[in-house]
Amino acid sequence: MNDEQEPALETHDLTVTYHKRPVLYGIDVAVPQGSLVGIVGPNGAGKSTFIKSVMGVVPSSGGWVKVFGKPMRENLHRVGYVPQRESVDWDFPVTVMDVALMGTYGGLGLLRRPGKAEKLRASEALDKVGMLPYSNRQIGNLSGGQQQRVFLARALAQDSDLYLMDEPFVGVDAATEAAIVTLLREMRERGKTVMVVHHDLQSAGEYFDHLLLLNMRLVAFGAVQDVYTPELLQKTYGGRLTILSEVADQAAKL
Amino acid sequence: MFGEMSVLASVMDILIPGSGSGKAIMAAVLLGAGCGLLGCFVVLRRVALMGDAVSHAVLPGVVAGLIYSSERSPGIIFLFAAVAGLLGAGLVRLMMMSTRLKSDAALGIVLATFFAFGIMWQSRNQQDTVGVMNFLFGNIGSIDASDLRMMLVTTSILVVTMFFLRRPLLLLSFDEGFSRGLGYPVKILNGVFYFLLTFSVVVALQAVGVVLVSAMLITPAAAAYLLTDRFERMMILSVVFGVVSGITGGLVSAEVNGLPTGPVIAISATVLFGVIYLFAPRHGVLSKVMRTLRRRMRVRRENTLKAIYQIHEGEGFAHEEVSVLMLARKRGQTEENVSKDCKALLSRGFIEMAEDGVSLHLSRLGWKRAMEIVRNHRLWELYLTNEADYAEDHVHEDAEKIEHILEPGIVRQLEQHLDFPELDPHGKPIPQPAHLVAQSTVTI
Repeated sequence: MNDEQEPALETHDLTVTYHKRPVLYGIDVAVPQGSLVGIVGPNGAGKSTFIKSVMGVVPSSGGWVKVFGKPMRENLHRVGYVPQRESVDWDFPVTVMDVALMGTYGGLGLLRRPGKAEKLRASEALDKVGMLPYSNRQIGNLSGGQQQRVFLARALAQDSDLYLMDEPFVGVDAATEAAIVTLLREMRERGKTVMVVHHDLQSAGEYFDHLLLLNMRLVAFGAVQDVYTPELLQKTYGGRLTILSEVADQAAKL
Repeated sequence: MFGEMSVLASVMDILIPGSGSGKAIMAAVLLGAGCGLLGCFVVLRRVALMGDAVSHAVLPGVVAGLIYSSERSPGIIFLFAAVAGLLGAGLVRLMMMSTRLKSDAALGIVLATFFAFGIMWQSRNQQDTVGVMNFLFGNIGSIDASDLRMMLVTTSILVVTMFFLRRPLLLLSFDEGFSRGLGYPVKILNGVFYFLLTFSVVVALQAVGVVLVSAMLITPAAAAYLLTDRFERMMILSVVFGVVSGITGGLVSAEVNGLPTGPVIAISATVLFGVIYLFAPRHGVLSKVMRTLRRRMRVRRENTLKAIYQIHEGEGFAHEEVSVLMLARKRGQTEENVSKDCKALLSRGFIEMAEDGVSLHLSRLGWKRAMEIVRNHRLWELYLTNEADYAEDHVHEDAEKIEHILEPGIVRQLEQHLDFPELDPHGKPIPQPAHLVAQSTVTI
């Protein structure tokens, strides 16, 4: 496969509309392989929506997404997704091991059941995030940080090349936050591309090597030293482009 | 083709019992299995109302089936009922997608409309729809061999599909976004789910009735959910509960004249649920109450131990004994209450009472536990003032609670973090239970 030069993720004119109200306009971005990207922007900037639309969880109303040079659909197996922790019911009757195993389902199709190889992969992933001793616990009996680790283990068990993570640092303790950062860097060392929705501007500058500044449209994408500048941050956090969003609202109602 | 069909039919006829009560029991087993299995997903996906809507929506289908099949053929009734149920479910989704209505409002509208339409249609065709009461309120006795054959086929399809698709369906129910990310055909899986849901409703229809089918979908699965944290076990328990309440309801309604089957089955399921709701070992109400009570008693015992320690500390550890009266004053309680507390401590070996029954002293175990509690309290106060910038006069209340729940691991962390402190923020010494053990080994 000669796709080393291909961007890990490329979007062109990606636009998302929620209830006829546009929340993301024409996002054009090409993320180089092996980068650790923080997606930052104010509340309501469409950070989560961006990765959800890339994953196809939220339908996009325009534009396209390519992964390693191919349409998303064809390369879906190379993408791992970590949804927000609050998006699932933690009272669900599954164990930590069950959740980690879910990461291996992608290669199994609908009918095949996970065998020894899959269980090994899931155990290794749990071990990596320090959750192996909790394998048989029901997921509701975990702290917020532990729950996030389980979600990460599930993604690791997917063994993907591109990872999209939705707010993995929300509601976790300091120890887990540090452990996640270490894990993300390790993944980058192994050539993985990781994109993380992050809400804390302060730490964004030190956790990631690339930043994607988002406020309903793409403000900037690039290496941290190039885009972590007062002007660009001001542009990102300095309020909406009111006319753009108003006109877009009107247009959507036509 | 016809040959195969007749082989299949004769295989089924071997399975189908001849006697009336045998048929009723078999019907109960089938409906319990179907509804029990599907019910697990209904409860976990929180679409209980959807089950209710589908079950009401099948009524026009049943009426159509009764009118348009000359011999009340179960196949035709089943087909029409399933179509009506799916139509109802589809309309709900359509309304949700095309308006800002949420599922509950959409369900309410569809449920009522379909049901009303069914009733109207039925009353205009009373001669053709003689058996409709059986479908409204359920009559397990009216189920004959051809009905059973239909139920058998449907339940088999349902069970086999569920068996093969249980993992993807479970993942879809747990985390739809993630299953989309895996490339699962989410729309198709959801479609299959609603198909199966309609199947299970239709299977249970004749025994339980349109109005109460949802009880069979929800109650057994809900009871199973209170009993276990494992999905496989939940499915098995749910099926067992469904079958048991089906059989109980069938038998009771056959014994007692004039009782329709559906309500009796629904009530049996609820009785089962009620027992589990009360007595389930972990998620049951009683065990929760017991846990709270036990914790309160333990806190009370520990507070008494702490009071004994503080009396000793106030006297500079000069005396061996403490009297019940002193303890009552210290605790601000009546002597009678404190005597009771002392009995509880005595029976657990924390204290020893003198023969007069009014003076007591701590055993080694008692000293250790008392010191631990006081240490926890003072460590926590110190931690709050030093690390969390609490004012000194604000920390006592919080420490009163925390002292009882600090685990040894956290105590060690606190000690390390605070660099093994000797005094609390009020200048009182922090006891070292470890020293007690060391000393005692020396004296031995």
